[in-house]
Amino acid sequence: MSSEFTVKVNGTPVSVPSGATVAVAVMMAGQSCRISITGEPRGPLCGMGICFECRAIVNGIAHSRTCQVVCAPNMEVRTDE
Amino acid sequence: MNKYSRQRFDVLVVGGGPAGMAAAVSASKSVARVAIVDENPNLGGQIWRGEGSDGSHSTEASSWQSRVRTAGVTLLCGKRVFHQPEDGHLLAEGPDDVIELSYRALVLATGARERFLPFPGWTLPNVTGAGGLQALVKSGLPIHGKRVVLAGTGPLLLAVAAYLRKHGAEIPLICEQTTRTRLLKFGMILLGHPRKIAQSLRLKKDIAGILFVPNSWPLAAHGEKVLEAVTISHGGRSETVECDYLACGFHLVPNVELPALLGCRLRCGYVQVDDFQQTTVEKVFCAGEPVSIGGVDLALVEGQIAGLAATGRTLEAKSLFDQRTKFRRFAHRLDQAFCLRSELRSLSSPDTLVCRCEDVPYSRLREHTGWRSAKVHTRCGMGPCQGRVCGPATQFLFKWNPDSVRPPIFPARVENLAASSLEGQSIPAVTGGLQ
Repeated sequence: MSSEFTVKVNGTPVSVPSGATVAVAVMMAGQSCRISITGEPRGPLCGMGICFECRAIVNGIAHSRTCQVVCAPNMEVRTDE
Repeated sequence: MNKYSRQRFDVLVVGGGPAGMAAAVSASKSVARVAIVDENPNLGGQIWRGEGSDGSHSTEASSWQSRVRTAGVTLLCGKRVFHQPEDGHLLAEGPDDVIELSYRALVLATGARERFLPFPGWTLPNVTGAGGLQALVKSGLPIHGKRVVLAGTGPLLLAVAAYLRKHGAEIPLICEQTTRTRLLKFGMILLGHPRKIAQSLRLKKDIAGILFVPNSWPLAAHGEKVLEAVTISHGGRSETVECDYLACGFHLVPNVELPALLGCRLRCGYVQVDDFQQTTVEKVFCAGEPVSIGGVDLALVEGQIAGLAATGRTLEAKSLFDQRTKFRRFAHRLDQAFCLRSELRSLSSPDTLVCRCEDVPYSRLREHTGWRSAKVHTRCGMGPCQGRVCGPATQFLFKWNPDSVRPPIFPARVENLAASSLEGQSIPAVTGGLQ
């Protein structure tokens, strides 16, 4: 994980190490991933694609489990705000 | 529509962790077409995540990686098995495709996940699994200079603490719920397992100086929008500790959804297998954590036995039985040492959410007598994780037994489900390619 590149989380550029997952990018941006049905902010829990707490919109694809998706340059991530 | 293709194998292995890798390598001795399908981007499972691919980490992980490569095993990484449209056929979904996989023999090496238990504040961001936080750090999360409290039970807490500290985290304490007596007994038992002693000694050096507290567990996590501190109980007293992350894991639970979907009989929540790791469904084998939570050594031996037996090499398989017996004994001891104490059943307050997908609080669940009734009336376990988090929690909290499994075992895209039913009826060829 040497080189870095930029992805956008809710429009804000975040520099991530290559190989980082989208969940990591969201955490590095200081954002939560989703808002629960009663309005709680949620972030990654299991880190392995089981719990679905880290889901967000990645390049337009809704409900992506961000801990299972590796960042690519210029990716656009949108979380519940 | 997503790309649809078909592939046929002599032996198909579901899961690319130690058990799956060992099964694939062993099967490759006899048959040509062996594949591993795994939803993660790389081989290694959870325990070897991010290791071995560049040869710089665990020698065991990299040695198995290279054995898989040399054996010519087809790797289908990033593909999640979600459905069995008919016997002998599985469907796996990738980011933009669906594969229909068929096989002569199947090895299920689906691994385990962490058990999470609810307590006030556990839904705050930065309260994670113990293995969960390790996976995130392995996936690039900077942890240098962060304060991490570990809580829960089992040897994983120590391994994660060692890993995080090596990467610059500050670990103010590790809360282990089990008793000192049980831990001591477990320590004695380790003496019978030379490799385990080596592991624990290596760990001992890595975690030297970290405060390790038995009889201790989290009472509440605090924070406005994100975790700021945790209150823990130890020795009848409570103490609040500031931290950036609270990493909690209450041992492991086996991933048995796919075996159950295929009709494999379960016993006490684990997949029932015979001496050759064959499940109650013919030609379907199972190895590793779904059979018993025993760690990497047991998984590797069971994987080899399954791979050999699936390809008719029964004598070779038999030669590994003694080794397996030894590691299974260890698994049993592990279970006894880290069994959950009853105090953990009363951590929730009435408004503590137990089902995180559907936000169902403890107060609404305790009115029910079983999992099914709770599901129907509260939607507990009906969200995207399909009860993978709250199921094991309610099993411990209320002694509820899980339901039967229905397809798809993971949320799948509608077009992929539709594609599978269309394709299943129409195209007899080996590969298809509808767009």
